[in-house]
Amino acid sequence: MNVLAVSLLTWTSLDTWIVVTAALTAMSCAVPGCFLVLRRQSLMGDALSHAVLPGIVLAYLAWNYGRHAGWLATADDGTRQLVLFFGAAVTGVLCALLTEAVRDIGRVEAGAALGVVFTSLFALGLLLVRLFADQAHVDPGCVLYGNLEMVVAVPFGTTGIPLAAATAGAVCLINLLLTAVFFKELQLSSFDPALATSLEIPARLMNYGLMAVTSATVVTAFETVGSVLVLSMLVVPAATALLLTDRLRTVLGLSLVAATAAALLGHSLARLLPWFESAVLGMPHAPDASTSGLMAVAGGLLFVLAWVLGPRYGVLRARRDRLRLRRRIIREDLLGRLYRQEEPRPTTIGLTIPEFASDTQHSPAAIRAALDHLIREGLITARGEDYRLTDSGRHAAVEVVRSHRLWESYLSQEIQVGPQHVHASAEEVEHLLDERLKAELAAQLAHPVEDPHGKAIPGRSGE
Amino acid sequence: MRGRRRILSVVGTLATVLLLMTGATFAAETGPGSVANSDFWRALTLRDYNTRVVLAGTCLLGLAGGVVGTFMLLRKRSLEADVASHAAFPGIGLAFLLTEAFRPGLGKSLPILLAGAFATALLGIGCTHLLTRIRRIREDAALGMVLGVFFGAGVVLLTIIQGLPSGHQAGLSDFVFGKAAALVASDMQVLAGCAVVVVVLCGVSFKALTLLCFDREFAEVQGWPVRGLDWLLTLLIVSVTVIGMQSVGLLLVVALTIIPSAASRFWSDRLPVMVAVAGGLGALSGLLGVLVSAAAPRLAAGAVIVLSATAVFGVSLLLGPRGGAVWEWLRRRSVRVRVGLLDLLRTSYELQERRWSAGEVPRAAELSDFSFTADLLRQVRSWSPARVASLLHYGILVGVIRPDSAGGYRLTEEGGRQALEAVRQHRLWELYLIHYAELPPLHVDSSADLTEHALHPQQIEQLERLLSGTIPPLPPNPHAPIDHAPAIVPPGGVA
Repeated sequence: MNVLAVSLLTWTSLDTWIVVTAALTAMSCAVPGCFLVLRRQSLMGDALSHAVLPGIVLAYLAWNYGRHAGWLATADDGTRQLVLFFGAAVTGVLCALLTEAVRDIGRVEAGAALGVVFTSLFALGLLLVRLFADQAHVDPGCVLYGNLEMVVAVPFGTTGIPLAAATAGAVCLINLLLTAVFFKELQLSSFDPALATSLEIPARLMNYGLMAVTSATVVTAFETVGSVLVLSMLVVPAATALLLTDRLRTVLGLSLVAATAAALLGHSLARLLPWFESAVLGMPHAPDASTSGLMAVAGGLLFVLAWVLGPRYGVLRARRDRLRLRRRIIREDLLGRLYRQEEPRPTTIGLTIPEFASDTQHSPAAIRAALDHLIREGLITARGEDYRLTDSGRHAAVEVVRSHRLWESYLSQEIQVGPQHVHASAEEVEHLLDERLKAELAAQLAHPVEDPHGKAIPGRSGE
Repeated sequence: MRGRRRILSVVGTLATVLLLMTGATFAAETGPGSVANSDFWRALTLRDYNTRVVLAGTCLLGLAGGVVGTFMLLRKRSLEADVASHAAFPGIGLAFLLTEAFRPGLGKSLPILLAGAFATALLGIGCTHLLTRIRRIREDAALGMVLGVFFGAGVVLLTIIQGLPSGHQAGLSDFVFGKAAALVASDMQVLAGCAVVVVVLCGVSFKALTLLCFDREFAEVQGWPVRGLDWLLTLLIVSVTVIGMQSVGLLLVVALTIIPSAASRFWSDRLPVMVAVAGGLGALSGLLGVLVSAAAPRLAAGAVIVLSATAVFGVSLLLGPRGGAVWEWLRRRSVRVRVGLLDLLRTSYELQERRWSAGEVPRAAELSDFSFTADLLRQVRSWSPARVASLLHYGILVGVIRPDSAGGYRLTEEGGRQALEAVRQHRLWELYLIHYAELPPLHVDSSADLTEHALHPQQIEQLERLLSGTIPPLPPNPHAPIDHAPAIVPPGGVA
């Protein structure tokens, strides 16, 4: 417990900066990520995050060469970052172009063409890294895993802000600005490329633009979260947001929120993990865990959370809706049954639960719960095992029976289904017809008074 | 033609491979660590037992990757291998941690690590299938999410393990980048054994997998357990990626399943041949990669193997007998030249056409009375000087044109015959368009220019039958001045 307290109480400004940098990085990735996911190009994100490596190495070498040759007057980090962005964007577009070429020349399936191109480019990048290791300070391990904890220690000029946070913030701003300027074009070319083309929006150009922006964004994220984990920053927040809403603007906003939450949760988990290791698992050594890795995991957790709890498409919501429908069906079946029992004459014979259960295949427990519900609502009364409709219960039951018999009449008159076949369908449809549909059915059948079995159709026209 | 092309393809491929190997030797000699030269020859001549084992193992791995990858390619599931390899990463860490917790010291055992990798890779693929069942998540997003999140978990476990006192020498990061040339023989034997099992499984279920790839619905109707077969394919691809991780690295092992199978498409359209070629190209990539990385140990072995595969793919793309870019380019060029020559012959006839009255058919030999110059041709057709020159050159080469003493050119008798035939086809199509498609004469010329070369002899016969009785043996030029054009009434009397 002591370690837990320590790990929470020793939250320093460094931790804050880690979270801020991580959140800004994740947000800058989430913006192009939304469009990648919408355009079903998520794997292009994967490909780009690998494929830009040779571009970065070459750009770095070029920058280094330019600095030594004295072409670059200001040898600061700003120009370096710009050169790296440029190298990455060019390689990203090159990757997209090569993929198209392999697909078109070789008639190779698009996914495989992507696989051929990005693995080759990545391999080339790794080779270049090894070859020029002494000139380009690109550590393959660092490119892969990122090193958030180290990166935030480098300040931006004389300000107290970490350089990485400033860069990520700038990229995030640029991405948001670009999205705002090209919002209509992006939206149209993502959802309806054909319409976009007919409106003279260059869909191909938008595509290459998106690739270039994604590549440049991926590069900024390399130092902080690493090349593979960038993919989870690109895809996971966008997918999480898509589970929660339908509107593109809201998707963008929610993906930013999801990105920030993943960063915060990820670093908190990284702080808590050593405590977990020693206190719960009893490990003698409690090594630290990588924040960027845990950010990816946290993003995944948030996605699962949205999937389960989502207000519109969540698993729980769907299950609750199904359960409610099933309960309503039992109640309506019960009302219909009671109505039919007293239809010839008000009887004293009650309804027994086992009998009803065997007739309808509802479980006795569910039937008992439905009966209790109906009693609470005042639709039926119970004296021991003897259940009777109240007046308001009779009104409700009339609606169910009316639905049932109207549908039977409709099937038999309009679609000419034999009377012996209509009951099963009506058993299902009776729960689904609303007032308006019932009125339309009745009007189309010229307000019938009897169903195909000769039973009276109760309700508006009957009474 | 086709046989010759195949032979040329194979010869070209071998030449390129030799060139690459020479290049690698050169690089090894001049590259960093030039002492590698002798290493390279040691590797090439297979002097070390370990090199032999590693070489055999990597070739087998390439073979298995190519074979399984071909089925995955046809099922459009190529990138699942990428997910599998990334999802295997946490499995390695988990297996190591669990084994160290219960049996300290045993964590580095390869079969245990591979079992863990296999388990989480399967779990990852299972997760993608589960995620695609959510209506709002497309397949690509599902693959991307599983890849990223599982790899994130792997990175977390790796950092934890590296913080442990026993973790530093665990060598788990070798799984990430691969270390083909440095693998010990005993490990390689395990991997090679697995690869052989994979290939044998593919061979045994070849018929079922073929059916699955080409017509899943039909296979289902025929009573094949298609879902089971899809899972078999998943098991196979997961096996390949897991056993390939140590030599190529988990980041790049996907390349060994995708690149050879994509390359095999340039060699055949028949599945058995494709599978065999993909396996062969995979093995070749492994061979090249191991040799080069044995010579230059500083280079990342996985990257070298993958780039060898890329080179093999590039050669296939250029020289493959089925739609290789070079053959396609040559074919297109030869069509362009033949079409141009026919146009030239027709033009040379039209330039001298007024020597005969309408309806009169000149004999082929008579056409060579007329001398024309390159400039004259360029006045009538919008050809560049270079194109006219090359067409004339080609025409002389095949014997339809000969230069005359006046510095101009004349048709030979064969050239005259071909010119008359070309004119006839062109005008038949023009007439057809005028009378049956009711196009105005102004518009038919350009269409006929495009179509005349594509007309099959049978179609020409059909056209003749259709326009029969209304046209002389050589149809007149519909664009000619009125007094030259006789009234033509097609059989239906449409005109």
